[in-house]
Amino acid sequence: MKRGTTVYLYELAWILPSVAIPVGMLVALLVTAFGAGVHLPGREGRVDPTRVAATAPFDLPGVVALAPGRYEARMVAQTWSFTPNEIRVPAGSTVTFVVTSKDVVHGLLIHGVNVNVMLLPGQIARVTARFDRPGEYPFVCHEYCGIAHHTMWGKVVVEARR
Amino acid sequence: MTPASENRLTAAYLIVALIALFGGVVTGLLQALEHAGLNLYPPLTPVVQSYYHSLSLHGVLNVLVFTTFFICGFLQFITSRALGIPLASRRLAWATFWLMTGGLVLAAVPLVGNAATVLFTFYPPMRAHWAFYIGLTLVVVGTWLVTLNLALTSRVWRSRHPEARTPLAAFMSLVTFVMWTIASAGIAAEMLFMLIPWSLGLVAGTDALLARVLFWFTGHPIVYFWLLPAYVSWYTLVPRQAGGRLFSDPLARVSFILFLVLSIPIGFHHQFTDPGIEEGWKLLHAFLTFAVFFPSLLTFFNVVASLETGARARGGKGWITWFAKLPWGDPSVAAQVLAMLLFAFGGIGGLVNASFNLNLVVHNTAWIPGHLHLTVGTAVTLSFMGITYWLVPFLSGRHLWSRRLALAQVWLWFVGMVVFSNALHRLGLMGMPRRTMIGVSAYIQAEWQAILPLVGIGGSILFVSAMLYFLNLVLTLVASRGGPTAEGRGAPALPEFAEALSGPEHAPAILDRWRPWLALALVLIAIAYGPTLVRLAATTPFNAPGLRVW
Repeated sequence: MKRGTTVYLYELAWILPSVAIPVGMLVALLVTAFGAGVHLPGREGRVDPTRVAATAPFDLPGVVALAPGRYEARMVAQTWSFTPNEIRVPAGSTVTFVVTSKDVVHGLLIHGVNVNVMLLPGQIARVTARFDRPGEYPFVCHEYCGIAHHTMWGKVVVEARR
Repeated sequence: MTPASENRLTAAYLIVALIALFGGVVTGLLQALEHAGLNLYPPLTPVVQSYYHSLSLHGVLNVLVFTTFFICGFLQFITSRALGIPLASRRLAWATFWLMTGGLVLAAVPLVGNAATVLFTFYPPMRAHWAFYIGLTLVVVGTWLVTLNLALTSRVWRSRHPEARTPLAAFMSLVTFVMWTIASAGIAAEMLFMLIPWSLGLVAGTDALLARVLFWFTGHPIVYFWLLPAYVSWYTLVPRQAGGRLFSDPLARVSFILFLVLSIPIGFHHQFTDPGIEEGWKLLHAFLTFAVFFPSLLTFFNVVASLETGARARGGKGWITWFAKLPWGDPSVAAQVLAMLLFAFGGIGGLVNASFNLNLVVHNTAWIPGHLHLTVGTAVTLSFMGITYWLVPFLSGRHLWSRRLALAQVWLWFVGMVVFSNALHRLGLMGMPRRTMIGVSAYIQAEWQAILPLVGIGGSILFVSAMLYFLNLVLTLVASRGGPTAEGRGAPALPEFAEALSGPEHAPAILDRWRPWLALALVLIAIAYGPTLVRLAATTPFNAPGLRVW
């Protein structure tokens, strides 16, 4: 019985921090996620994957200025390229990427900013990032999409304001 | 005692598992070398037709075939041993083995023939040959029949011992298979209602999002299906192998029950970056993923405390230094303790992956295979290797050919994995995508190139380790001696199940009941998945045609 009691006390001494650690980390997570305004992609609607080229806004891929310093980049992913594969915006711009796939599953990962999103045929993906430093931000397809997957990339070119 | 039939059954599963592992590590070497700038695919073209063909073979053979077959063989053996009775139906057990092997062959034909180069995640609308989907489905159906046989066996035992607690190893084995059987409903639905009719041309279209939701319904708990059998060994065998006792039997049951309850309703943490699922549901899955960290911490404590009893019994002293007194000369123990060490880092990395916002940094980067190689590639694989160092000698009646070679193999795996996995983690943080032919990619970055050789070096060390492993096992079978040896060793024996400091007599009866825990698991699944699945099932148009893109 004595041995059982000792084991029980050790168990308890471990169980309490084992609850506290994940709870503490969750709180830290919530604070950093919502405090910093980080959001994950959500529901943005569907698009018929066989009719992407005929469906707005993907019928006219490219960058559209919404307001001073605010842009929307409408992009289409297909094996094995992005259209467009170069996005030009001035430094200090906030860019919302509205993207879908015409064929198989692709992905969009932009280096240097928090853009990491799956591009699923049938789904519209919408993510936003701010580009402060001038320079080139490469973006790549990060989901295997076929034999030339590793050639699918592009770049955001952020131009210095004059 | 396990009767000879169970031993033959386990040997049959092991043979298939180890052949798959061999194929998996050979293709793995090719990929690691490719990352280091050595592209061996052109000369291999008739056999391995591309990096992605090799990658599909690597993933399917290692994480779908090796793991599943090893687990079916190992846990049926363990259950029969722990209960002290044969499996309820030997005919069912053998029929199951042949069903699974038949399914494997059916899936392997298109896979080897480059007609299923869709990686082990086979996301549609990329479309493989129908035989790939049907073959894998048969393997899954086989695992359900294993669950049935284990449950029937458990019932036979229960009828003879109405009051006693189920022996821990048998309880854990059954929890593993019951959890898996519920979890595999997702992949079964994806196969039966989407991929199989679509690949046969019976329906024209499919849907990427619904398929991914069903896949990850199974795809996260499958990692617990791989991991829990290693835990069975860590909890019930390794403490005794290390000269000690299991610290707490009831706490071990608690953690397994929590794995049964919490393993499944957390799959969205693989889909944090998927459009089409509300952020709120993703957050709920993140919460529940953190909840699974609780039974993981219980396991960490219980297993380490058990090892400590062994090391102290062997003269270990101090708070930390007792660790040196573990029986490091026993390759089976060394393998599994090293597997635990690296798994600690795998677990911490897993928390990063599950962390909602941090996931944006690592999702689909090289960080993920870095993580996966610590968990399934080491915690599971190196533990399974350690298990075979006693299981193969026992099943064959021949002593392990060389303990020293086995020890060298185990340490090489550890060192190789430290190099390999660390490199992948760092590359992932630098934004290098996973599952990509990086060596010839159009966008390779200078900062990656400083680290990529380490992927090749680590991968090569792992390959050498694996070859030494297979060499030792083959020599055990063909060149080793059976029976008592000149050094005074008896015939190859099994490790006994560990006794516990706090034994099953301290486990409340509720820990040996199934209905409340199963009900809780199903309720959590219904809450976490129900609304999204119902919405997708009702609104998905299934309008994506299939493509062969390789």
